[in-house]
Amino acid sequence: MGFVVLLFLLGQVNQCTGMRSSSIGAVDAASGTITLNLAQEPPQLDSTKATDQVSGMVLGHVMEGLLRYDANDDLVEGVAESWSVTDTEANFKLKQNLLWSNGTPITAHDFVFAWRKAVDPMTASQYAFILFFIENAREITSGDMPVESLGVTAVDDYTLNVRLREPTPFFLSLTAFPTYFPINQAFYESRDGRYGANAEDLIYNGPFTISQWVHNANVRLEKNENYWNKEAVHLNVIDFAYILSDANAIINLFESGDIAQAGLNVELVDRALRNRWDIRQHVDGSVFFIEINHREERLTRNYNLRKALQYVNDPSELVNKVIKLPGNLPGESIFPVWLKGVNGKFREEFPAKPLMTNNDKAREHYALALEELGLDKITLVMLSGDNPSANKQSEYYQSKYAKELGLELKLDRQIFKQRLQKMTDGDFDLVLAGWGPDYADALTFGDLFTSWNENNRGRYASPEVDRQVDIAKNSSDAKVRMEAFARVQDILNEDVAILMNYERGSLYVVHDRLENVARRSVGPDPDYAFARIVDKES
Amino acid sequence: MAWYTVKRLIQGIITVWFIATATFWAMHQVPGDPFIGEKAVSPEVEANLKARWGLDKPPLEQYWIFMRNMGQGDFGISFAQESRSVNDIILERFPVSAILGILAIVFAGLGGVLYGALTALYRNQWPDVLIILLVIIGISVPSFVFASVGQLVLVIINQILGFNVLPVAGWGDISHMLIPALVLGLGTMAFLTRLMRSSMLEIVSADFIRTARSKGVPSAQVFSRHQLRNAVLPVITVLGPSVASITTGGFVVENIFGIPGLGQSFVLAVQQSDYGVIMGTTVFYGAFLVLMVIIVDLLYAWIDPRVRLE
Repeated sequence: MGFVVLLFLLGQVNQCTGMRSSSIGAVDAASGTITLNLAQEPPQLDSTKATDQVSGMVLGHVMEGLLRYDANDDLVEGVAESWSVTDTEANFKLKQNLLWSNGTPITAHDFVFAWRKAVDPMTASQYAFILFFIENAREITSGDMPVESLGVTAVDDYTLNVRLREPTPFFLSLTAFPTYFPINQAFYESRDGRYGANAEDLIYNGPFTISQWVHNANVRLEKNENYWNKEAVHLNVIDFAYILSDANAIINLFESGDIAQAGLNVELVDRALRNRWDIRQHVDGSVFFIEINHREERLTRNYNLRKALQYVNDPSELVNKVIKLPGNLPGESIFPVWLKGVNGKFREEFPAKPLMTNNDKAREHYALALEELGLDKITLVMLSGDNPSANKQSEYYQSKYAKELGLELKLDRQIFKQRLQKMTDGDFDLVLAGWGPDYADALTFGDLFTSWNENNRGRYASPEVDRQVDIAKNSSDAKVRMEAFARVQDILNEDVAILMNYERGSLYVVHDRLENVARRSVGPDPDYAFARIVDKES
Repeated sequence: MAWYTVKRLIQGIITVWFIATATFWAMHQVPGDPFIGEKAVSPEVEANLKARWGLDKPPLEQYWIFMRNMGQGDFGISFAQESRSVNDIILERFPVSAILGILAIVFAGLGGVLYGALTALYRNQWPDVLIILLVIIGISVPSFVFASVGQLVLVIINQILGFNVLPVAGWGDISHMLIPALVLGLGTMAFLTRLMRSSMLEIVSADFIRTARSKGVPSAQVFSRHQLRNAVLPVITVLGPSVASITTGGFVVENIFGIPGLGQSFVLAVQQSDYGVIMGTTVFYGAFLVLMVIIVDLLYAWIDPRVRLE
């Protein structure tokens, strides 16, 4: 009887998971297949609603916007063949004769439909804000204007006109972002609310299509024969055959030759060295810092207290002695090193004023703070995530503040959503926080601490920061904009709006026959679209 | 027996209702909601989201809506995987957990009875000492350690042999299930071994065994017919809840071996505040556990007539 049940269930599983024969290994030159692990299941692949990194990565392989990023992080043509951007509008000329994977032509209407969908209050897209640079987008999302009033028009099938709310010199980089990808209206409506739920609930216009998607088990991409630039695509199959988040399990798969790429954490670096794997480094673009609560009733509103914390802050020590994973950079500025400036890199043109650790000065400011606040001793609460890496960092600060200042730090460890809720409610003095870029412009970091930004969870408010960001937002002159951001950089440090921690880097290992995998700070990462399998002596 | 069955079923339904209610209110007390993310959403979008998911209604109304739908077997839509219904997710993932759980229970049950009987048979001799030592390890070492170590050993074996005897992780055919099921069943196996041992020892000194022996029944027959059969009763009692706990408790093992089971959704849903999936999986597992207990009770009543008489 039990045996019969077992057989029945086996049959069920067979149906549900689409059983697969054993894997063919990490790279297979004969069939042009690479096998990889996916960190998590994409919640769904409707580009107007996707918010997470994994969905963005998969969408980046199977869809294409007006422009796309090449291997060097430069913007190149996608669906658009030519374009122009002014202070008030952007115009795109689309390639003709492009086809969706089901054979339907790709037209300017597909972009109008997708963008309207994304700002539609009924869609309630969490990334609607990324379209707020377009005329009326914000008003539509708040329900004050009809969706049709969005400032985007298909002049004809192959001409797209976009009216901008304010000068947006980086608008082209936005068009490579998943929320800006096109969607075919007829197909979308034929799916009856299930668009993006399964492989067959999508049509594709990118280098690959999804040929199989077994939820929580695997996602298989195959070369898109309708892709306009298919000559540049060398792989036939990208098989995300595993969906695993456990770092040890992933490296085990890499070691046994099942997958072609794997990330490393501190504990795994030695193993990688022992095996002489090809270890590579990637700066993922995110900046990490201690966000300070500037609300009225908080002790951390006291400038001398914040100054004391800044003087004991030592990002190099944090990176080298606490985090220890090579690849992370000590944080100096809210603007990370990779951001472009006027001609070169922003941080080379406008270096952040160095913040020196000085324990004596820290104690002076701490004494002043005690006096101003009329206290003998200060106790602060540090909110953080509840994972080994966050715990190591918060404990480091706890012992450091106690030792250098005699300040007591209470640790409030919360899992992801609970931490975010407490941050939003302002229920903290200090919080280990971070920020990843949405687009390739200094503004994505620059406006973070403006008084109107909902992500400014410490409610830092500085009229001067607001003014400088306004200047930057109303100009398309790179020099004017970058000088404004440089001013923001200085004010945040002088005013101790936040305490810098690090710019995140990561280490990973790649199969030695897999080349041309692009890693980026902004855009789909990693990008295997134009990767190739090379011959190595065997 | 029929009345007994009905009574147990009604009790079961009340239990499930209680589980659903308690979970519903506890869930809404936890800070954070399904829509909070690393990037704050604008107030407009948040209002749109809440309206669309009915979270703008008063909690009591939300509770009634949920209860009404649940009564019709509908748990709604997942908040995290927006285009998919909770029922679909459960139907798709439960068979995976179930098959893994059943395999694990087979390992655990067979192993537990066998080793338990062996320890009792060789009481205080070396097989007993050895097995009890292993049992202590099996009970005290958590499954994530077994899972990690098991996987690493597999990598090493595969490397030494030069080909993959068994896959390191992933999901597909029976070869993917063996090691995870073994790892998953180890704790229960150890527990059952101990239970079986003490139960066997208790029965060795029972009157009816002595009677059987004095009548001259061969010792093999005493062992198999009288001792084993009676000793296995307590094992059956715990087997039911074990089936439930093994199929639900597979989160760690599923995570490490990349198995798309329900245990994973169960835990992830809580982390993601995915209200629909939290309620769906909790009620489903609750009902499953209750059902298992009822089945065991009925089975017990069937095997042991004394229960029925009470």
